[in-house]
This record gives sequence, structure tokens and C-alpha cells, in this order.
Amino acid sequence: MSKITEMDALTLGQAIKSKEVTVKEATEEYLKSIKDKDEKYNCYVTVDEEGAMKAASEVQSKIDSGELSGPLAGVPVAIKDNMCTEGLLTTCSSRILYNYVPTFESTAVTNLRNAGAVILGKTNMDEFAMGSTTETSYFGPTRNPANPEHVPGGSSGGSAAAVAAGECAYALGSDTGGSIRQPASYCGVVGIKPTYGTVSRYGLIAYGSSLDQIGPLTKNVSDAAAVLTAIAGHDHRDSTSVDRESQDYTKALVKDVKDIKIGIPRDYFGEGLDPEVAAAVKKSADVLKAAGATVEEFDLSLVNYAIPAYYTIAAAEASSNLERFDGIKYGYRTEDYNGLHNMYKKSRSEGFGAEVKRRIMLGSFVLSSGYYDAYYLKALKVKALIKKAFDDAFAKYDIILGPVAPTTAPKLGESLSDPIKMYLGDIYTISVNLAGLPGISVPCGTDSAGLPIGVQLLADCFNEDKLFRTAYTYESEK
Amino acid sequence: MSDYETVIGLEVHVELATKTKIFCGCSTAFGGEPNTHTCPVCTGMPGSLPVLNRQVLEYACAVGLATNCDITRYCKFDRKNYFYPDNPQNYQISQLYLPICRNGHVDIETESGVKKAVRIHEIHMEEDAGKLIHDDWLDASLVDYNRSGVPLIEIVSEPDMRSAEEVIAYLEKLRMTISYLGASDCKLQEGSMRADVNLSVRKVGETEFGTRTEMKNLNSFKAIARAIAGETERQIDLLEAGQPVIQETRRWDDDKECSYAMRSKEDAQDYRYFPDPDLVPISITDEFLDEIRAREPEFREAKIARYKEEFGLPDKDILLITENKHLADVFEETVSEGAPAKKVSNWLMVETMRLLKENDLDPEDIRFSPKNLAALINLTEKKTVNSTVAKEIFEEMFKSDCDPVKYVEDHGLAMQNDEGALRETIQKVIDENPQSVADYRAGKEKAIGFLVGQTMKAMQGKCDPGSVNKILKELL
Repeated sequence: MSKITEMDALTLGQAIKSKEVTVKEATEEYLKSIKDKDEKYNCYVTVDEEGAMKAASEVQSKIDSGELSGPLAGVPVAIKDNMCTEGLLTTCSSRILYNYVPTFESTAVTNLRNAGAVILGKTNMDEFAMGSTTETSYFGPTRNPANPEHVPGGSSGGSAAAVAAGECAYALGSDTGGSIRQPASYCGVVGIKPTYGTVSRYGLIAYGSSLDQIGPLTKNVSDAAAVLTAIAGHDHRDSTSVDRESQDYTKALVKDVKDIKIGIPRDYFGEGLDPEVAAAVKKSADVLKAAGATVEEFDLSLVNYAIPAYYTIAAAEASSNLERFDGIKYGYRTEDYNGLHNMYKKSRSEGFGAEVKRRIMLGSFVLSSGYYDAYYLKALKVKALIKKAFDDAFAKYDIILGPVAPTTAPKLGESLSDPIKMYLGDIYTISVNLAGLPGISVPCGTDSAGLPIGVQLLADCFNEDKLFRTAYTYESEK
Repeated sequence: MSDYETVIGLEVHVELATKTKIFCGCSTAFGGEPNTHTCPVCTGMPGSLPVLNRQVLEYACAVGLATNCDITRYCKFDRKNYFYPDNPQNYQISQLYLPICRNGHVDIETESGVKKAVRIHEIHMEEDAGKLIHDDWLDASLVDYNRSGVPLIEIVSEPDMRSAEEVIAYLEKLRMTISYLGASDCKLQEGSMRADVNLSVRKVGETEFGTRTEMKNLNSFKAIARAIAGETERQIDLLEAGQPVIQETRRWDDDKECSYAMRSKEDAQDYRYFPDPDLVPISITDEFLDEIRAREPEFREAKIARYKEEFGLPDKDILLITENKHLADVFEETVSEGAPAKKVSNWLMVETMRLLKENDLDPEDIRFSPKNLAALINLTEKKTVNSTVAKEIFEEMFKSDCDPVKYVEDHGLAMQNDEGALRETIQKVIDENPQSVADYRAGKEKAIGFLVGQTMKAMQGKCDPGSVNKILKELL
């Protein structure tokens, strides 16, 4: 038997089911791994040793009594620190929520608990999910396990790095503009952003409400399908949750792409794309072609408009979503203040980091009277056009294949000095959020420095099964 | 000053009578210990999400249809962003771009007989804020979120009113329409109906509007009338003195009968409205509206006309009974149980009103069933009980909705309709009171009263005073 922390989630779940491993052993192994490695990588904001051990014994007795029999029962998981966990610190990696303990739990986490998950702790992220490197965290940057000199990507960098480093069997992340897929690509793990509305946002502390989706970060495609099956489902507490028939995505784990038509947007392979990334991604298309898929290039159009539209919409929503952090009811409050408005101003100035403040200001500006039509409304129109461009593409293709990010993971400290450059790095991922589509990042090699590269597969809304089938076939054949 | 004309438009907030809040399942009940009717949603906890209460939409559409509005078939909620501690998210969920109702009107008739239509610009749905309590003892401000998320509609009129009388007729019309729909109890004093008055003046004959002010804190019809008079005078005085009226929000102090500037247009905040991404747009179907139309009640005007025609009641009775839909319902149901309309009207107007007032209750709190009221009226009609006993029974019915027939049986209150026994008793009373008999016979008419009283006492009230009187006179 291989080492527990090297098993993928489904293998570990099977080992627990067949009594080769106890839940306690699995949990202890992971807690030990966190102890050994996390000082180096800083994947976690909070490690809940006590809660995890308690959950381990409860889950074990439910497994023994037959009450729990799912494939993930007893498997330890890490949760991004923007999902509310009842009684467990939830900070969004921000000073302003440094002491916030929710009184309720997010639906996705509740769904995981019902599937027998053991929660190890909460992972580090860019503050309020704003950033692409996990360097904007109030609790310090997370490092990439492939090379600690490099960032893990972001904003779900803590979750991606924890999976890559063996500090959890799998993790949950959230993706507003690529925050699951890009760190998955940088860290060499699998990450999927499901169709908007598939996983409830109830209890996810919002960044851009119309774009946010929760999804899994896993060691392989099969785990991703199993985790998504566990967390997805209609939730009456989230109006944007879609009432889809409950699906078992693991049924799509079939090696067969003979009926799959793949389109590769020429626009994704232009200026700015690292040649090593381009080569690795094209090679993955060749693998799928060899497996029987039809592959052709096409022009997607509007690619360059996605970034300004995204940063307008996401910042506008964020500026409003983050208004509730005011020092009145919970979270950080400044020490000295003179009256209500001074208290607001100081608490928020001291509580938020630079990138969050930048986006609040940007968002407040585009919503302000006299600018609303020129910026926010126009961005919504661009969003609709981008959706239309994808609709046209999916009339011809089942899957769109391309890179996740223009480069592999940059070094720590390289990105924050030039926010525009950092924003441009989101070019391949954000249009997916604008159109509400599902997208998956699957490892497809490394560059000459040994840093992981991911290939991104996109499908039309509600076609996660095609995505899983294609990704699974690629993973098996590569 | 008579060459000036006052131009008034109203913004009326109405608290809807839903059991739960607009975006969560918390109770809307008034009162309660602070922060006990709250949850993560209505206290703005991070990660919580709003889900629209369907009843709010139904009430808003019902009010819109009753006020002749166009219903916006594709409507959305918007966020109004401003920082204040009573607003837990620091944005209020409201409607700006696509309000639920637009372009309506209500027909009003003033006391002095002016008839006109007041146009409604729009009606939108929104959430109420919490309540701040400033505690001087603690030198702190405390916030109670029990009211946070209570559903409101805001009814915005066009500047179509020209006098306090018209304003009151308009508010009265809205109050009647909305309370008949059951959408709100519309009580100004308790804040379930709040009116802000937008007012400007201009010379008669001018076509341009003058600069307007907005007056807040008006919590009775009388305060509204006084505030309109006061503000009209203030603006005319300014203009006559060659000074401009400043566009501002003013707070009316009804005790001092004057208003104070709260904030001017220059201080107006930029609310940065945008569609709330947490709530999906609402598509309103024909079926949905048909259902609401089908449930529309008979409104007051129609009832007044019908009562005149069908029951021939005096105007005074009709106006009082139709003042409240619940009272009108009780009336109609009691009549349909077979009781004569005028008798029912009398019970409602006199005894019911007295007991409601004494117990500080509303007609909605009436507990006796129309069936029992009809049965009581039947007992008096058949002279099974006299009016004094009937009132006693009614008081008990008012408290516990008891069955009057059973009550009479249990307490042995039925009148002695056996004339032989009554005559015997009366004869005994005559024999025992020779002085009164002598007085009566000497022409002192009043003396008979004493004898009637003695008889009633001997009969333990279970006889009809009219019959006693008649027999007494006969025997004397």
C-alpha cells in the first residue's frame, strides 16, 4: 500500500471503506504532513486539528454502521478560507475578518460533511479572492510546492498548493475569473469551475456574485468528478442556484472521445503566450486527436474585450459586496476613532489590503452617477456579446481547448508591482466566468524549469459530463 | 397670498403584511426583544444570500393592479449603496431601473367635493432598515435588526395634488385600497404607512414648477395638513422676500409646528445603484396576474353602493361598517346567517365599537363569529332575552366567542314568557308596595318605574320590561 498522503481521494476513500486504513489514520497522516510542510508552503490560514480528529471518529462510526458509504467518506479535505464554516475562523485572508467565526455553514461544506468529509482546515488565498498569486493575503503568501521560489497562482493558491504538497487529499476553491483553474495549472493539479449555478454560493463570502462559483481542486480528473457530485445541487437559499437534475459526474469518466469535436481558438495562441506553454497545450490536443476526437482551429473573437469587461463587472459587484465590512458588527475595528464616519474610514483603511482597495475604488467609480452607462452598462453588453460568441462556437464544437494562463508560475514578488500585467494574465480564464461556462484545468506537462503547465477545456453550460469525459480520456492517454 | 398655488407629490412607504421578511424566513412581528427576529440574511452576515418572498411580489402586484398601474413583466432588484449602521449590508435592496409597477392613477374625491385623478409614477419593492437606539446612559448607539428586511412598497405619485385636502383624500384612498387588499394595515401612527411630502409653490397660471422641498417625519393626517400649510407659507414668504427656495430635505416638528433643514441637494449621496446580482430577474406571467385579479376584493366604493341598494342602511351605518374590510365581512356574514341588516349594523356600530375602544383593539381583532352574532340577534328577536341580558351575553361573546344559545341555557337567562307567572309576580309586587301604588294612582307617573324595577328584580331580569309595564298598568 502506498503512503496515505500520496493516494488520490477516491483511492483513499476505497482504502477506508475496505478497512485497510482508518479515518483516524488518514486524518493523522494529513495533520502530520501539514505540520511537516506548511511552515514552508503556508497553504493554511487555520488548521483545525481538534475538529478534524473529532470528525474523524464520528465519520468512522458512521462508516462502520453503514450510514456513510459514499466514495469520499472519511477522506480529509481543505476548504478555501472564503467559505463559511460554522464555529471555525473564516477570514478571506483579510485583516478585516481576522477574528470572524461564522454562525452558519456554507452549503457546499455542509454537502461535503454529509458525504463524510473530514475538514482539516482553511486554506490561504488572495485577500477576498482578489489576485492571481495568493500574495495579497494578510497572512503572507503561499509558495508553490513545485518550486517554493514561485507563487502557486491564485486566488485559490492555498487550496491548489495543499493538494500538490499532499497537505490534503483534495480541496475546495472558488473561481471568479480563473481562481481555481489558474492555481491548478501552476501547481500541477486538476481544478474545475462548474457552470454558474451548479454549486450553491450560500455561505461563500462574495467577491463578484454574478461570476463566483465553488469547485474542487484534486489530484486527478476522477476525484474532481466525485467531489463535484458531492457538492453540487439545487439550494433554495441561493436564488442563482440552478435546479438541475442531480447528476453523478463519475459516470462520465469514460475513455471515449470519438464523437467529440474540439475547437482551438487561434486568438488564444497570439502574442503574450509563452512558447513552452503553447507547445504543451498543442501537444495535449494531439493526444485527444490520436484518441479519436476531431480537432480544428477557429476564431473565437472578442477575446481582448474580456479583461476590461471582467474587471468592470467584478470590481463593481465587489465594491458593494464588501461594504458590509465596516467594523460595526464583526471583524476588525480601528482602535481610535472620532465618530461614526471616521470609524468606518479608519477600520476599512486599516482592514483592507492594497489590491482590495484598488478594486473597491475601481468598482465605486464605474457605478457612480454619470459613469454607470459608460462603464458598467457597457461591460454588461460586452458580457452578453462574449456569451453569444461562445454560443456560436458551441454550435460547432463540443469542447474548446486552450491554455489556462499565458505563462507558468511567476516568482514571488514579480506580479504585485504591475497590477495591469497581473490582470492580463487572466485572459484565458475570465471569459468563461463572464459566459457562465464550465472549465477544467488538467496538467499537461512542465516547462524547462520544471514548473507545471495546464491545459484548459471548456464546454457549453451544463455539459460537465463532456468536459469530464474529454479530460479523463486525455489524462489516461497522455 | 391667494395668487400662489401649492404643488404636491407624495412618496408613501407601506409596510406589507407578510408573516415573514422579504428576503429570509424571519418573523415580521412588531416588538420582540432586540435582535430576536433575525438570521444571517437580515443581519448582513458575510456569505448569506437573499431569496425573494413570493407574497411580497403578490401584494405589490395586487396594489399595482388596484391603482391602475402597468405591471413590469420583467423586473429586477437593485442595490442602493450607503453606509449607515441600521443597514446591515450597507446597501438596501430596492428597485430603481425596473420597478414592479408604473403609470397608475387613483381617483379621489375631497371633503369639499373636488374630484380628480392622482397619477402614480411608480411603485417599487424594498427592504426596511433596522432601528438605532441611542443610549445616553451607556453613551453608545445600539442597533436592533428585528425590522431589518421587513418588506415595504414605496408608492411615488406625480405632483398632481394642490392642497392638504387633496393629499389627505389621496392617502385615505390608498389606505382603504391597500387595507381592503389585506396587503397592509396602513397605520400612520405605528409607521406601517409613512408619507414624505414633496412640495413647491408657484404663481397661479405658471407652467413651470417651483423648486421643491421634501418633508419627512409626518405621522398623522393632522401633522401632514399642518406641515403642508407651514411649508407653503414658508416658501411663499421666501419668494415674496426675493429669496430662493433651496432644494432640500426638511424634518417636520409637529409639536413646534415648524420644519428644519436636514440635508440639501448638494449633500445628496451617490447611491451607485446597480442590479443586485444575488437575485434573479422576475418574469411575471399572465397566469400570475390573473390569479391576483381573481382574488381582488370588492372595494369600498362598490360596497357602499351595494349596501345602499341591497340593505337600505343609513349612510352613517354604511360609512362606519365599510371603513374596515374585516368589519364589513363580519356584517355581511352575519346578515347571510339570517340576521336583519339594521340589527347587525346596530350591534357592530354600538356595542362592538365600544368594546373595541375599551380594549384598545382593532376590528381585525374581533373574535366572535358571525354565526354567534346572528344567533344572539335571533334570541332578542324572539324575545328569549331582553336587551340588558343580550348585552351581557355579547360581552362574553366578544371575549370568548361563546354560543349565545348555550350560554342562555347554562346561565338560565331565558325570559319568563309565561304570562300567568308574570301576572302573579306583579300582583305580589303591587300588594307589597302600597305607597308606590298610591302615588301612581295619585298621578305620579314615575312611581310605576319603581314597580317595574321591583318586578324585574323578582323575576331575576328574565322578563321583558315592556310586558311588565303593560300588565302593571292593566292591574293598577
